[in-house]
Amino acid sequence: MSAYEVVIGLEVHAQMLTASKIFCGCSTRFGAEANTQVCPVCAAFPGVLPVLNRQAVEFAVRTGLAIEGEVRTVSEYSRKNYFYPDLPAGYQITQYELPIVLGGHLEIEDEQGRRRRIGITRIHMEVDAGKSLHEGIPGASWVDLNRTGVPLMEIVSEPDLRSAEEAGLYLKKLRALLRCLGVCDGNMEQGSLRCDANVSIRPKGATTFGTRCEIKNLNSIRNVQRAIAWEMERHIEIVEDGGSIVQETRLWDANKGETRSMRSKEEAHDYRYFPEPDLPPLLLTEERIAKIRAALPELPEQRRARFEADYGLSGYDAGVLTAAMELADYFETALGVLREAGFQDPKGVANWVMGDLLGYLNRSGLEIGDSPVSSTQLARLLIMVLEGTISGKMAKQVFGQMCASGGEPEAIVAEQGLAQVSDQGAIAAAIDAVLAANPAQVAQYRAGKTQVMGFLVGQVMKATKGQANPGLLNTLLTEKLKG
Amino acid sequence: MNPVHLSLTEAARLLADRSLSATELTRACLEAIRQQDATLNAFITVAEPQALAAAEQADQQLAKGDAPPLTGLPLAIKDIFCTTDMPTTCGSRMLKGFLSPYESTVTRRLRQAGAVLLGKTNMDEFAMGSSTETSHFGPTRNPWDPERTPGGSSGGSAVAVAAGLALGATGTDTGGSIRQPAALNGITGLKPTYGRVSRYGMVAFASSLDQAGPMTRSVEDAALLLQTMAGHDPLDATSIPEDPPRYADSLERSVKGLKIGLPKEYFPAELTDAIRNPLHEAQELFRRLGAELVPVSLPHTSYAIQTYYILAPAEASSNLARYDGVKFGYRCQQPRDLADLYCRSRAEGFGAEVKRRIMLGTYVLSSGYYDAFYRKAQKVRRLIADDFAAAFREVDVLLTPTAPDVAFRLGEKTDDPVAMYLSDIFTINVNLAGLPALSLPCGLHEGRLPVGMQLIGPPLGEEVLFQTGHAFQRNSDWHRRRPQPVANGAAS
Repeated sequence: MSAYEVVIGLEVHAQMLTASKIFCGCSTRFGAEANTQVCPVCAAFPGVLPVLNRQAVEFAVRTGLAIEGEVRTVSEYSRKNYFYPDLPAGYQITQYELPIVLGGHLEIEDEQGRRRRIGITRIHMEVDAGKSLHEGIPGASWVDLNRTGVPLMEIVSEPDLRSAEEAGLYLKKLRALLRCLGVCDGNMEQGSLRCDANVSIRPKGATTFGTRCEIKNLNSIRNVQRAIAWEMERHIEIVEDGGSIVQETRLWDANKGETRSMRSKEEAHDYRYFPEPDLPPLLLTEERIAKIRAALPELPEQRRARFEADYGLSGYDAGVLTAAMELADYFETALGVLREAGFQDPKGVANWVMGDLLGYLNRSGLEIGDSPVSSTQLARLLIMVLEGTISGKMAKQVFGQMCASGGEPEAIVAEQGLAQVSDQGAIAAAIDAVLAANPAQVAQYRAGKTQVMGFLVGQVMKATKGQANPGLLNTLLTEKLKG
Repeated sequence: MNPVHLSLTEAARLLADRSLSATELTRACLEAIRQQDATLNAFITVAEPQALAAAEQADQQLAKGDAPPLTGLPLAIKDIFCTTDMPTTCGSRMLKGFLSPYESTVTRRLRQAGAVLLGKTNMDEFAMGSSTETSHFGPTRNPWDPERTPGGSSGGSAVAVAAGLALGATGTDTGGSIRQPAALNGITGLKPTYGRVSRYGMVAFASSLDQAGPMTRSVEDAALLLQTMAGHDPLDATSIPEDPPRYADSLERSVKGLKIGLPKEYFPAELTDAIRNPLHEAQELFRRLGAELVPVSLPHTSYAIQTYYILAPAEASSNLARYDGVKFGYRCQQPRDLADLYCRSRAEGFGAEVKRRIMLGTYVLSSGYYDAFYRKAQKVRRLIADDFAAAFREVDVLLTPTAPDVAFRLGEKTDDPVAMYLSDIFTINVNLAGLPALSLPCGLHEGRLPVGMQLIGPPLGEEVLFQTGHAFQRNSDWHRRRPQPVANGAAS
């Protein structure tokens, strides 16, 4: 056990899913040809002025309410001044002293079911910058301003996270929440969710903070965790060698699996923040906030509680199923199809979804949205089991085929003749044949050695290619053996 | 009479009854520009073909008889308003030849109302200056005495109106840039309430202070132009979301019983007689018209210059960061790397006064100085606004000098920035408080240099300014005085 503990705070930038940019009417669509979604406002031509996107404000409020933060009725925009080619105005419009949301929290839960409350300091709104392109252009760089002006939320956590794993859990939880709220698609690879990590170490039990480093360029949850773990080791090594940590900004190099210095505190920018004079303070009435609150969707935590209460699921199962909105929807849709057919088996459906389905998806590297088996298809497969058409074991086989090559469960069962045989006559005939072929075992049974029952059942199953209805088989065989 | 000396209101009447054509009027202005502008240098761009085309269209419109209010009236536009059919330079090398891809709200509204835009007028670079001497395109000369400055930064617009090159003009006023040149050229200039006129498409100097307004030959003309310029603009979040009243209705109101405040801080002992005497006569006129003159005090007046020269450069340093040589405007030759591109483009593209203010603004916003300068200045700004609010509980309008002196000589103050800054000592407070204020001529010093009177109103008090100013102009003729035409080559 290490004598140190790591202290982590995350700054998450979430691109908001608005149709237009935050201060002009340009589209925010991802992947368009460079500089095709640019107007004089987002390119900061002389004389242009920003006009705030109402939808972006609504999204920030929605998020603030969902983390139980204080949505401020008065907030303010500021300018953060610095020069960079992809920042056309020479300043970023952001919120500084008076952000739109103050405080809040998210609860995370580790594999052992321990719950921890992670504080959120603030959420503020700001504008995204463009993109500089350096590749394939010798001696020059190009600038793409399509992303310039896309609205961002910066969600700043308290330094409450104590391991790389916790940081990952927090990010997953936050991403699920943002997706559930419909405010961000949470796609880290495309950059619509970005994360910087502040990392420091301290001796276990200490209450003061060590010197921190900020790590940038983290484009997946895995990289967040790798970078934190690596950085923690670096700090411990330095401290154990008698050195001290330099406060600086570091870049994560995913290929080399290490962080490297980007700039020190001394060379840090002086951003010269001041209130944005082109935008009046943002005033929100209590009525407007209440209206947004009333329109909030069911949040992951609420859904989890409902899953436990209504479906009798364990806390862990309910937690897994509600970790992503799509997964919870999948589960509930399947349950609905079952209900239509007159069945109630939430625990069974949960087992299938968490076991077979998630297992397959994880092995294949697929998201729930890409699942080859739809929720209704899975439900219909389970109905066949509940109706006794196929056995549970058979269902696993059918599910495997549905995953591998698609197809409707009923068709697969019919095509391959997998339907359970519940025809008494057919089973009786198979039993007769097996009893005739195994007189010794029959005699043993009748002499009181009832263990041979298993062998005989197996033989009948073999004869019926596993399709015999097990219950019926048992009843008929026991009767025949009684003789 | 040469039609270039008509007021907008008079010209509109003649155009409406077809005794004058828009084309004739426009041609007369273009001719006056040809005659005098080589000396005066009021214009950076003269858009003759566009102006004649617009005039022709105006004539067709007038013939149909359903012409909007400014149809056929030739105006000059300060080169700070973005226009798509002629360059917008803001008096800077940085934007030399810059053609905006979009049109400012003010010029769009003027065009839609039928105005003929003659061209773009000279100004201090990025509106930073009080003499139109910081322009990259050379100084503008005062038509009353070509050895003197026209004031600034809207010097080109003021001269165009005073010298008969245009019938009216637009200006912008951040610390007095409409009113001070109006005073120094003997014309009428209005700085409206902050937010009354859209800033969209107006190249920003200090966003929280900038305000566009009309520069005209009479109060009546100012009301006419403002009627078109004013109004809510969804493209400007700071624009006031209310329709303007019918300004013409306020012109004929009597000033009988009106309380006119005389702030003692604006009449210091050292005020020159050149200014004091005409203002005194103006007060006597108002008294005869039945107004009541009330002494008032605005105790924080003396902090205005310092406050302004913290806040305005702070905003300017940020607003001017976009001129980096990357997307538009001037770019230096053969930059070595990104830092060199930024440094040399800005070093070569900006003039000395702009650089001085960028440095000042960067300094007052930098960490460690923000609280001592910027935040404190914001507090003082509030106190100054509170002074005015208190005064307007006592009086309807304030009367002060516009500028501390008559037009000064070219070069006289260029080496002394602080002396130059003091030219705006009586106008800056109004911008800090966001109030409307009108400057109108009230005398001619030694018979040849105009003196201006400033009327300050409460927020959205343009009507009381028109009422008061128009009453003055109905009972005096200072606004009808014109300088002698200046021949090209008249000045050395």
